[in-house]
Amino acid sequence: MPTHEESNDHPGEHRGAQPEEHAILVRDLRKTFGRGEGRKKALDGLDLTIPRGTVHGILGPNGAGKTTAVRVLTTLLRPDSGRAQVAGFDVTTRPDQVRYRIGLLGQHAALDEELSGRQNLELFGRLYHLGGRGAARRAGELLERFGLADTGSKAVRQYSGGMRRRLDLAASLIMQPEILFLDEPTTGLDPRGRTDVWQAVRSLVGGGTTVLLTTQYLEEADQLADRISVIDGGRRIAEGSADELKALVGADRIDVIVRDGERLAAAAAVVGSATGTGRPATDADRRLISAPVADRMAALAETVRALSAAGIDAEDIALRRPTLDEVFLHLTGHPQETAA
Amino acid sequence: MSTMIVPVSRTRRFLTDSASMTRRGFLHWRRQPGQLVIGLVFPVMMLVMFTYFIGGGMAVEGGGDYSEFLVPGMLALAMAFGLESTMVALTEDINRGVLDRFRAMPIAPSAVLVGRSLLDMINSAAGLLVMLGAGWLIGWRWHGSLAEAAAAIGLLLLLRFAMLWVGIYLGLVAGRPEMVQAVQILIWPVAFLSSAITSPSTMPGWLAALADWNPMSATAGAVRELFANPGWPNDSWAADHTVALSVLWPLVLLAVFFPLALGRYHRLSV
Repeated sequence: MPTHEESNDHPGEHRGAQPEEHAILVRDLRKTFGRGEGRKKALDGLDLTIPRGTVHGILGPNGAGKTTAVRVLTTLLRPDSGRAQVAGFDVTTRPDQVRYRIGLLGQHAALDEELSGRQNLELFGRLYHLGGRGAARRAGELLERFGLADTGSKAVRQYSGGMRRRLDLAASLIMQPEILFLDEPTTGLDPRGRTDVWQAVRSLVGGGTTVLLTTQYLEEADQLADRISVIDGGRRIAEGSADELKALVGADRIDVIVRDGERLAAAAAVVGSATGTGRPATDADRRLISAPVADRMAALAETVRALSAAGIDAEDIALRRPTLDEVFLHLTGHPQETAA
Repeated sequence: MSTMIVPVSRTRRFLTDSASMTRRGFLHWRRQPGQLVIGLVFPVMMLVMFTYFIGGGMAVEGGGDYSEFLVPGMLALAMAFGLESTMVALTEDINRGVLDRFRAMPIAPSAVLVGRSLLDMINSAAGLLVMLGAGWLIGWRWHGSLAEAAAAIGLLLLLRFAMLWVGIYLGLVAGRPEMVQAVQILIWPVAFLSSAITSPSTMPGWLAALADWNPMSATAGAVRELFANPGWPNDSWAADHTVALSVLWPLVLLAVFFPLALGRYHRLSV
């Protein structure tokens, strides 16, 4: 089940010398934009606790406060109140300590379009104070690693979307960050580009990096994140692993697709009595019956037996957990928006 | 996991970060020399157009050579128009998210703006030399002392420096290309409502008064005086005190726009 962790953690400042248990610690974070009528609470008491070395997904509809949270945690935006610690340092009082330890991959590639990939990475390396030679060496390594070594002096302006994203990711890894922020990293990418980013994230986590990922793709959170916080209206409304969140919506379901659409109603009655649900949901177009189950294996065996006894052919019978879409609808009362 | 943290003192960081930012601009120039050349040639083109297309119909009262009158005015105009390039560069960084990447890095906060101003000043100094060379070719000469000439160039660069911070402020406020276009159009009447190209005494009375007090008139007039180039006789107080005003105006602009720009930069995180 989703957990709501204790709110009393290590007060005071951490020098970062001893490894801090939490990569990110957020308590009662608030941020309001605008004044008067146009006031909008972007963050309304957000809490987050993210242990080191994990991938944490932040899921929420547009305007839920995902990007605002990332901007506060990456020192780009000052919160009105509340506490935010990243890598053990407070984002408002020790922003530079935070900045040396984080990487940020925003929604749009933040690159110098006129420069080449190598020049971009060298510029950012210099700005991280690696020195000219250090920056050049690091740029070379990263170009190699992200398959951009042969782009030569081509300006980023001429890069494809996927190349741009890879370079952007490389730029956010210059300092081998302890914590990487990915704000909707695959929005607007084709499936190939999306898989590339996912692979890169997985290999990073293998190397010990903590990743905070905001996404509008439920599948992405499901694929990558160890834990997921669902936020809405600037506060967390649920948290847990994907499986735990799915369990929130209730039981697992059994889906039966009948071969003969004419017999859907009859089949539904059979499935209903086999699973003890009464009247399961049906979808005539897909010839689908869906019923919640308590005991997975018993329900499956009983359904197969009852259908066969009634002489009803099933095209497919499957047990499944609810999708994150259903979780989302259940928690927020409104479906996840897919528009950017 | 180990983090590479390079300890850097505050001063050193400010210097190296500003240098890195300026270096970025040099790379832009090297990659797009065409744009650099266009930027340098455009004022020269204006100078040539005004000298040969329009200059024939202009007579300087007291019989001076129009090109001698025009060159100082054109230099002042070029400095004022420089605010465009400052503004465009900043707006592009904001829109492409590059500014956010810089701000999420452990760099000296002022380095982004200082690097930009250093770069634009170098560009403007080069542009000034090119224009002086072009002026020389079309017959403009200076008749004062070397120290006066140096003072004239100093005043021009001072105006450019002030306009630079106006540009930085407007770029940070505008943030959008449409706003940039609006400023690009508005700068024309503001720049031409001055003594840069012609005498305010040829304008309707109330416009003439505005033109007399225009910062560009002050610098153009002061530069004419220091180069000992002809000017139209003008008995307004402002026209009599161009050198003082050409120092005062940029300082006033700086006093207003320098803090505004820095404040605006800091407000990016609010």
